[in-house]
This record gives sequence, structure tokens and C-alpha cells, in this order.
Amino acid sequence: MSDRLTRADVERIAALAHLDLTPAEIDLFTPQLADILEYAERLQGVDVSGADDAWHPGGADCPRRPDTVRQSLARDEMLANAPDGTTAGGSGTGGFFRVPRVLG
Amino acid sequence: MVDATRLADTETATSIREDVRAGRRSAVEVCGRYLDRIAESAGRWNALTAVFRDEALSRAAEIDGNRKDWSDRPLLGVPITIKDVICTRGQLTTAASRILAGFRPPYDATVATRLTEAGAVVVGKTNCDEFAMGSSTEHSAYGPSRNPWDPDRTPGGSSGGAAAAVAAGLAPVAIGSDTGGSIRQPAAFCGIVGLKPTYGRVSRYGLLAFASSLDQIGPLTRTVGDAARVLGVLAGWDPRDATSVDAPVEDYTAALTGDATGVRVGVPRDLIESGDAGIDNDVLAAYRQALDALKTAGAILVDVELPHAEFAVPVYYLVAPAEASSNLARYDGVRYGARANGEEDDGNGGGSPISTMYDRTRDVGFGAEVKRRIMLGTYALSAGYYDAYYRRAQRVRSLIRRDYDVAFDPAGGTGVDVVAMPTTPSPAFRLGEHLQDPLAMYLGDVFTVSANLTGLPAMSIPAGFTAQGLPVGLQLVGRAFDEVTLLRVGHAHERSVGWSRRPPGIAADS
Repeated sequence: MSDRLTRADVERIAALAHLDLTPAEIDLFTPQLADILEYAERLQGVDVSGADDAWHPGGADCPRRPDTVRQSLARDEMLANAPDGTTAGGSGTGGFFRVPRVLG
Repeated sequence: MVDATRLADTETATSIREDVRAGRRSAVEVCGRYLDRIAESAGRWNALTAVFRDEALSRAAEIDGNRKDWSDRPLLGVPITIKDVICTRGQLTTAASRILAGFRPPYDATVATRLTEAGAVVVGKTNCDEFAMGSSTEHSAYGPSRNPWDPDRTPGGSSGGAAAAVAAGLAPVAIGSDTGGSIRQPAAFCGIVGLKPTYGRVSRYGLLAFASSLDQIGPLTRTVGDAARVLGVLAGWDPRDATSVDAPVEDYTAALTGDATGVRVGVPRDLIESGDAGIDNDVLAAYRQALDALKTAGAILVDVELPHAEFAVPVYYLVAPAEASSNLARYDGVRYGARANGEEDDGNGGGSPISTMYDRTRDVGFGAEVKRRIMLGTYALSAGYYDAYYRRAQRVRSLIRRDYDVAFDPAGGTGVDVVAMPTTPSPAFRLGEHLQDPLAMYLGDVFTVSANLTGLPAMSIPAGFTAQGLPVGLQLVGRAFDEVTLLRVGHAHERSVGWSRRPPGIAADS
């Protein structure tokens, strides 16, 4: 169905997946992922006519809950787990996740 | 006939609860003894990632103080462990990953709440493959756990620490998660019982998601009776998990009659005997013996065909990574866990500082197996490949379920009540044996992944040993929400064989 996975494919997928793979990782993963995908090729021979592609073990029912106001988790508690979170200070500042510059 | 609950060295959750309830032993005494065993075995099995000694003892004291008022609680004073992928409030929960280093959840998983309310005492968190991705516990940031039957071998995975803890007598009950066999395969490798309930039977609120259409939480125990008792606590609808089902929770312990008379047990001969399954001769012999034991217990053996089951592994290794690639997108170094410095763009990606931070955090934070699966899933979902991989896998998945529906159908099908097969094609393999060949590791999941793809309940129970003395597991797969029959058949088998559950060198419990 498709040609064997290449290094370039792996680099492209890594970018999509937000993984800054090292050259050694790319060397390791390329043949491993190619082997797995090659093994998965056997699915191409299965007759899937009439088979549902959206089947889910949970079925189609998704019960709804009443839309009522509830207490959320405490903000400072959530921020305490952040690598760079600033909890609310006495002056009313803080209460944020800090991140590196977004625009290059 | 041997009653497994009366094997001299098999202390169970049921016997502990009865002792604590009757005042024969205090919860503090029981808990203290298990905590001591954990401390004495430190470093030997690498089964636990965190131990909560002080919290556990103070909770046990609280139980002793309320013993009379709480006497109806089904797990009164029972020490348990919880897998490191399940949140417990304020207690280290890392999914055995560097990317969640130091994470202390601000809330309890629903299962943790329910277990505590039932009188259980959480003594620690157990080791596992990172984000539950693996079959050996070797893909853990804490290093591999070891199998109490042979420390050079894996206890299985991903709930390997949980299975090792129960087998080594560090806890009578461990709570695990099962996405492709992660409760059943380690239970088989360690000679204990492991139950994956029906999809929707147990709430996943507070479980760090791996593959949302496959994940389920369940118990690892020494006896089928304990599995029934714990399932009764875990099961039930939870408004916090939209996939949990509002179906009645039956009295699972009452189902354990010791009798399997008239139960129709399906035997998928073609699947088991096909060369693709690569089944070990000793495993096959133990399986045939287990079928004989079921027959002795009154079961009727019926041949069934599961023509699409041979495709379960390739389907699973496309669907599960696809879902994982989406679920794990949240680990980006912003809201929790570790962050790699991304202030300076290295010029490789040409991205912004934040983008570079994301990419580096994820490369440094995730281990090799998680990265492989994220890559595989991203590829299977990417433009131009979605139809050929993910969509086709989903279609074959529905055919695998259809095979089971036919087998279970009394009208037009074979009308079986459960399907029986070995849990794994081989006994526990050596540490490092499959580490360089991920595909070889995946092929070992041939018998377990179908229950996740179909959502059906499945349980592994001890089925004897190989010539080398390694445990073998028998897997029973049941109808959706029919855990009662599964447990009843498993219990009848256990009563008729009564395997000793103590690995060599592990001291008796009491």
C-alpha cells in the first residue's frame, strides 16, 4: 500500500507531534516504526465492506447532566503544579501560567 | 477439591476484613505489617513508586476508632496499592514519567474515593510502564519492576508493580488499569487474579488517559473472591465520567457458588493453534488442563470461531497510539510536570521560543516507548494516511466485536457464556528480552487486546505452571456487563485446582 517509512517521514511526523527528536532517536525509530507499519499492512486484506468505522464500546448514548453551577478546583492549587506558575499575591497580581515568548 | 480461600498462606482482603470487623486484629496491626514487608523488600521488586506510611497508619487508626459503626464496609482495614497512573489527592502521581515529575493531583480519582469510603487503606503507588504503555514495566522512569517468581524476569506490564506487589505479599489488593491487557498479562505472569471490567463499568475520572476508548480500571488480587469484592466497590455510574454506564451493580460475591454446571465455555481453537499466536508448549498444556478443570466443574466446552481475532494486534497498535497521540498532547510543560528550557531557539525548528519549549520538553520528558507510540498514532491520523490506517483499523475493530456477538448469541450463534483462552502466548520473559524489538513485545498481546477493542469484560486467573515453575494464566472473556458469570466460572475453576499462590522465597502471610 505504501513505501517503507523513511527518515524524512519520521522527521515530518515528529514535527507534527511536537517532539524535538535527536538524530540518534530518528535512527532508532525509523526502522522500528517501519516494521510495525509493515506488520499492520495485513489489515489491508480484510474485507471491511459494511463494517462500521465509528463503532465505540461505549455505544452511542451519552447521558447529559443538568447544567448547574458548581465549585471548580482552587486556582492556586492548580497553579502549584505548574513549572512556572505564579500564585495570586496580596496585591491581586499573579494567578497565571508563565510561558516563553509566543511570537518568534 | 481445595478451597483456595483456606490455603494456609493465602491471606485475602476478605479474611482481613472479617478479622478487622470482628476485632481479632486491628487495622493498624494489619497495615503496619504490610508496611513493614514493603520496607523490608525495598529495592527487591521495585514494585512501589511511593509509600504513604504515616497517612496509611493514621487512616488505619481512624478505622479502628470507628470499627463498630463501619462494620458493613466491604474493605474495612484492607491495605491496597494504586497504580501510578491514578490520581490520589496531594500524593505523588507521575505515570512513571519524567514529564510528570513532582505532580501532586489536586483531586482524588473516583476509584480512590470509593475504595477509601469502603474502608480500604492506600499504602502506596505502584510502578508501571510510562503512561501504561508497555508489557514489561521496563518503560518506567523508575526502572523496571521484577517478577517475584524469578527476579531476572519481568512481572509483565503495564501494571507490573501492582502484580509484583500482590504476588510478593506487599498488599492483598492492587488497583491497576488495562488498555490492552495491562491488568491481565501481569496477573498471568505473577500467578494472581486480574480483572478488566466491561468498558463503562468503572469510572475513569482521575485516571491519566492513555487511550480513551480502551482504558478501564480494575483489581489485581490473590483470589477470585477478592476480585468480586473489590469490583463491587469500584463499579457504578459516576457523573464525572461521561463514559461510565448507569447499569445496576450486581452482588458479585453472591455469584460465587463454586459451581459452573451448564455454563457454556467457548474454545477458539483456530486462534490458539495458529502459528501466528506463537504459543509456548507449556502454556498450551496448562490451557488444556484448565479446560479439563472447567469441565470437571460442570462447564460445557464449545468450539467457537473468532475469525478476526488474529487482526487484533495490528488494529490495537493503530487505534491505541492514535488515541494516545491526542491524549498526550496536553503534556507541554505549561500546566504541570517538568519543563525544558526553550528560551533560545536552536534554529532547528525555526519555531518560536514557546514552540521550541514544547518540543524539547516533550522529547526530554517522554521515554522511548511513549515517543514511538505518539509517532505511530500521529502518522495513523495524519492527512493521506487516516483512511488506510486509523479508519480501516476501526472497521476491523467492529468486526472483532461482531465475532464475539455471534459467539455469545444463543440464536444463530454458539451461545457460549464465556470464551476461554490463554492470557498470554508465553510465560514471563526475561528483562531486556524484547527491549530492542518493540514489534516482538506487541505480538505478546495477541490474546488480551481484543477485550479492550470490544469493551468486553475479561479476567486472568492462575492456571498452573510451566516446567520451569513460571505461572501461566487462563483468560475468560464474558458478555458485556456480565462480570457475574465471569467471576462464577473463574471461582469454580479456582476451587477445583487450588493453586498455591506463594512464589518461592516469599514468606507466608500469617
